Amino acid sequence: MAKRVAMIAVAQNAGTESKDNFYDQAYRVTKEVLDKAGMTRDDIQTIVSASSDVFHGGISCANSYYWETTGAFLKNASRQDGESLFALFYGAMRIMTGHYDTALVISLCKGSENPPLDTCTLMYSDPFYFRNVGLTETLAAALQMRLYMEKYRISEEQCAKVAVKNLRNALGNPYAHKKGRFTVEDVINSERIADPLTEMQCAPKSEGMVATILVSEEKAKKYTNKPVWIKGFGSSIDSYGIGDRELLNGQLRQAAKRAYKMAGIKNPLEDIDMAEVTEPYAFQELLWCEDLGFCRKGQGGKMIDSGMTEKNGEMPVNPSGGVLANNPYVSRGLQRAVEAFLQIRGEAGERQVEKKVKTALAHGVHGFAGQCHAVAILGR
Amino acid sequence: MTKEFRTVKTEIRLPYELAYGETWTRFFDGMQEKKIYGNTCPKCNRVLVPARAFCPRCFVDMDKWVEVSQEGTLIAWSYTNYKYYGMPTEPPFIGALIRLDGTDVNFLHLLGGIDLSNFEEVRKIVKNGMKLKAVWSDDRKAHIMDIKYFKPV
Ligand SMILES: [Zn+2]
Repeated sequence: MAKRVAMIAVAQNAGTESKDNFYDQAYRVTKEVLDKAGMTRDDIQTIVSASSDVFHGGISCANSYYWETTGAFLKNASRQDGESLFALFYGAMRIMTGHYDTALVISLCKGSENPPLDTCTLMYSDPFYFRNVGLTETLAAALQMRLYMEKYRISEEQCAKVAVKNLRNALGNPYAHKKGRFTVEDVINSERIADPLTEMQCAPKSEGMVATILVSEEKAKKYTNKPVWIKGFGSSIDSYGIGDRELLNGQLRQAAKRAYKMAGIKNPLEDIDMAEVTEPYAFQELLWCEDLGFCRKGQGGKMIDSGMTEKNGEMPVNPSGGVLANNPYVSRGLQRAVEAFLQIRGEAGERQVEKKVKTALAHGVHGFAGQCHAVAILGR
Repeated sequence: MTKEFRTVKTEIRLPYELAYGETWTRFFDGMQEKKIYGNTCPKCNRVLVPARAFCPRCFVDMDKWVEVSQEGTLIAWSYTNYKYYGMPTEPPFIGALIRLDGTDVNFLHLLGGIDLSNFEEVRKIVKNGMKLKAVWSDDRKAHIMDIKYFKPV
C-alpha cells in the first residue's frame, strides 16, 4: 500500500424515525464527526458522499442537500450512488494518491421518509423484462435462499437463528432500529412474505447518516493516538441477470480475496477478530460468512449452530445487530465500517465484544442476491 | 397515516421513453407469436435466453438465433404474498427461475396454473426440479407477460 490511511473519528444517528429533517440530521452528524476529530470544516480537504437521491431520498439532487450540510461547498466533493462502503474506498484512495491529507466520508439516508424498500428495488429491475415479472431484492433473495437451503440442507431454523442473534445483539446498540429477545419460532412464524423468507428475516427501513474522517499517516498523529488503519479493501461485481448467475457462487469470495491480499490476511478465521457484514436477509449472513472464509462452503448452518458468530464467540459477526436490526439502505455498508472502528477502539459500549479486537472486517453489498460486494479490513 | 410532526407529502413522476433496440424488439415480437427466442454465443456455445446482443461472459457478439423450448425445469421459487407497487399480479403469486430445455441460463417468470390460495397445499405440489410448460395469454402485446405463467406439466 502506497500511503497508509487512518480513520480517526466516526459519527452516526439512530435508525428509528425522527422528526428532524434530512438537512439538519446531515449537518449534525457532520458536525459531530468534526468535533470528535478535533477538526473544523476548514481542515477537511475532500469529501466523498454516498446516497441514492431519487429512490432513497426523494429529494434530488445532491447539490441542494449535501454540499452545505457536509461542509463541502467551496471544496472538492463527489458523490457515490449506491453502496456506501465504496465511498470509504474512494475517500481512502484520494488520500493514497498524495493529493489530500484529510477526507470526510459520509453516507446519507432517511429511510423512514421513503417508499417501501421493494417499491425502490423493483425500479432496479430493467423495465423491459425483470420489472414486469416483479423482480425485487426480496424476490431475488428468496430464490437464493431456496437454492441455499436445498443445496446444502440448511434449515429454516438455522436461517432464523441469524435474526434471533442479531436482534438480541441490537439490544446493546443505541442506534439500532429493531431489537429484542425473540425465539426461532417467532422468526419463522412472522408473516411469510416471500416464502421461504418471513418478515423478521428481512431488514427494516431505517434512518442513517453515517460519517467518518480519514487522514494520511503523516497527519494521523496530530489528531489521535488511536488511529484505525484501513489495511485493505476489495470489491467485485457480478453480471446483472439473476438467471445468468450462480446465485450460490457470487463475487464475495473474489472481493474478500482482493481485500485479504492487500491487508496480508492469510487465514481469515485467525487473522480477523470480528466482522460486521451486510445481511439484509437473514440467511445471507451464513452465505456471506462462507464466502469470507469463516467456514467451509455449505457449512453456514453448522456455523450458526456452533455459536461461533455470537457476540462472545470465536468470530463475532454483527455484534451491533447488523442490518436486520438497522437498515439505512445506502448507509448500511459504511455503518459496518463505523461499527468495526468502534470495536477496534474498544468504544462500542454495551455491544463491545469480549475478545480483544485488533483486526476487523466490514462488508457491504448491493444489487439483487448480492450482485456487488465490498470488503474492508480495518485494524490497529 | 398521520405523523405527530409536520411533514410534506411529495412524489416524483418522471416519464421516460426507452428504445427496445434490435435484440429486445425481436425477442418481444417472438412473444407475440408464442415463441421464446434465445441465441448462441459463438465462443462459449451457451444458449442464452432471453436473446441478447452479446455474451456478457465472452464479450463477443451473439450469432445464431434459436427458438428455445417452452418447457423446462424449476430451479428455484418463492411464494410471494405481500403487496408492493408495480407487482406483476395480485398476490399470492410464485416467482420462479426456470431452466428452459436446451438453454444454459435460468429464465425468470411466474409459476401458475395451480390453486395458489393455500400455501400449505402449494408447498405439497411445487418442488424444485419439477417440469413446467409455458401458458400463453390470448391477448398478446409483445410483452414478457404474453406468457401468463409456467404451469406444471
Ligand atoms: Zn459466451
